[in-house]
Amino acid sequence: MVGSEDCIEIDLARLVFLRGGAGKPLLILHDELGFPGWMRWNEELGEAHEQIVPLQPGFGRSEQLDWIRDYRDLAAYYARFVRQFGTPIDVIGFSAGAYLAAEMAAIDPGLFNKIVLVGPLGVRPTHGEIYDFLAVTARTHVAATVSNQDAVEFGKIYGGTMGSEQFMLFEAARAETSRLGWQPFMFDPSLPALLKGVPNKTLIIRGTDDLICPLGCVEAYESALPNAVANSIEGVGHRPEIEDPDAFIHLVRKFLS
Amino acid sequence: MLIGYFTEQPYRGVTEEQVLKHGSYFGISNSNFDRQLGSDLYNEYLDEFCYAEELGFDAICLNEHHGNPFCMSACLNISAAVLARITEKVKLLLIGNPLPAHGNPLRVAEELAQIDLTSRGRVISGWVRGSGPEQFFNNKNPSFNREMFEEAHDFILQAWTKPGPWRYEGKHFHYRHVNPWALPYQEPYPPTMIPGVLSLETVQWAADRNYPYLGLASSLAPTAELWEMYADRAASHGFQAGPENFGYLGMVAVGDTEEEALELAKYFLFAHGNRLFARAEHTLPAGFNSEGAIKRLSSQASGGWLGLNREKIMGESLGKKELTEEDLHIARSEIDAALQKMRDNYQIIAGTPEHVKERIETILRVARPGHFVFMNVQGDAGKDQRRKNMRLISEHVIPHVRKLAEELDLTSQYDVKPGSRRLASGRSRTRVTHPEILRMREAA
Repeated sequence: MVGSEDCIEIDLARLVFLRGGAGKPLLILHDELGFPGWMRWNEELGEAHEQIVPLQPGFGRSEQLDWIRDYRDLAAYYARFVRQFGTPIDVIGFSAGAYLAAEMAAIDPGLFNKIVLVGPLGVRPTHGEIYDFLAVTARTHVAATVSNQDAVEFGKIYGGTMGSEQFMLFEAARAETSRLGWQPFMFDPSLPALLKGVPNKTLIIRGTDDLICPLGCVEAYESALPNAVANSIEGVGHRPEIEDPDAFIHLVRKFLS
Repeated sequence: MLIGYFTEQPYRGVTEEQVLKHGSYFGISNSNFDRQLGSDLYNEYLDEFCYAEELGFDAICLNEHHGNPFCMSACLNISAAVLARITEKVKLLLIGNPLPAHGNPLRVAEELAQIDLTSRGRVISGWVRGSGPEQFFNNKNPSFNREMFEEAHDFILQAWTKPGPWRYEGKHFHYRHVNPWALPYQEPYPPTMIPGVLSLETVQWAADRNYPYLGLASSLAPTAELWEMYADRAASHGFQAGPENFGYLGMVAVGDTEEEALELAKYFLFAHGNRLFARAEHTLPAGFNSEGAIKRLSSQASGGWLGLNREKIMGESLGKKELTEEDLHIARSEIDAALQKMRDNYQIIAGTPEHVKERIETILRVARPGHFVFMNVQGDAGKDQRRKNMRLISEHVIPHVRKLAEELDLTSQYDVKPGSRRLASGRSRTRVTHPEILRMREAA
């Protein structure tokens, strides 16, 4: 199964999204490097869920929107997108995508049923710092997302020599991420206060070796969200879904079922 | 012809080994800063600019960088303010104010007006986007850099020309009360010069506004190509570009003998010179450059602007990796090879007075700039070496440049107003450079 491409127009701007699988709709919000393609976890979750994956504006496929200048703007825009599929909907957000999911929930908790935040950025960590991936090259950034570069699926999507096309896509994604998240770096100071009013059941997943998202972010989310539980996956970094897909799928299935 | 003097005002207390080991000048810890030396150097450089005036340079050129021993000058407007008072007649060519890094264009408008008034109208105001590290140091979003630059520039011109008070609600800047009391001495505002390093976007932006473009020690052949693009753009606006639209900054080392000059010229490449100005990840933050510029840079196998190339841009960050003695040995031998290459392509002009005159003559004949800036050496070259270089340039080279400029009709923006050569309807423009001369000389 591979997600098929579709697009939707919101205020004359094209938002490209992928959809695949069958069953209860599930919104997937990709991370700051862009959606890498349909992976094993998509296949397996696709047995029970139709996944809807918007490709973030400015990342090379969907049209960049000048007025979107922070993650809250993007969240409001995505809220309009999500309503076209019927709400509430379950959501999984990865890294900056988790930040986005949290902002959407803060705007309107009714958009979502259950929320999964993976390596979530978006809040000031209680301790530690969000890794400044904009102060390193794209290759170093990508490498920092995993604890094990030999993980099969990591090699499949990012292994070998980086081609120009892939490099330009990374740069587009990183430039747009910079546009939205440069300062304060990848967090919104008012988000924790707003999340106090989000009653949704929330699962937070973080790899124990995550270099990008410090444990302090997870703790900040736990104290802000009234119904959040955190789970860690041993020995993986910022991409548990491709470093240890079995553990990741198990946690997500159990939570969403 | 306007002849300028420029120095990056290098901090002379870091060693080559420190820079090479760190992988760049930018980011070396300020725990290495010696306050006494810093104080001495700031004063020495101010004296050096006064010496340039004594020697007959028409302009002294100031710039700024941040957090970087490559260039101690962190606030060019402060130096310009001091020099406005302690010099008499030299122009103060500012190359330039990094508008996005400042983040407060109203303040810049006030500062420049004050400097222009104090100097009684000697400011030539340059505007720059700032280099990549400046965005990190000042925490300015690189994705908005060009937008902020353009908005700040437009705002400053308004602040100088539109009677206040008025309110401004822009995209990146907002002011309730725009009414700078002090306005520039020069009406409506100081002349402009835009420095750049082979950026097509910057050249086009400058041409759109009739602003002279100053090539910063860029290779001669591509510089000439770029200036033709400037001239194309100017022609699309209905004017013929002339020498008054162009300036060239060359790194110049003069010695009594060839050997002495080459030893001096090596200081331009102290710890690889601007090639190690900053690491790739700081030079090219995501969003800082256009997609086209990134494509161009990432397709370059070697060389490239500030040492950027495909390997560096698409490779791993250097991080804090320690270099071995062998790495250092290789790096030093590369410096020697780089010197020859940069002499060949006219970025560095080094030799006896006769040799330097000949090389600069080629530049003037090929690129036909109306402004020529001599840049002094980098690294830890001492005061006497630096001053001797200036003196030899003044005594032997400048008279020749002036004579040649007269002969070649190389008009500066003080001789002919940029944009004043209107193209008659239906007339195509003439060439502004003569690369065939370079080819002939290289063949010979």
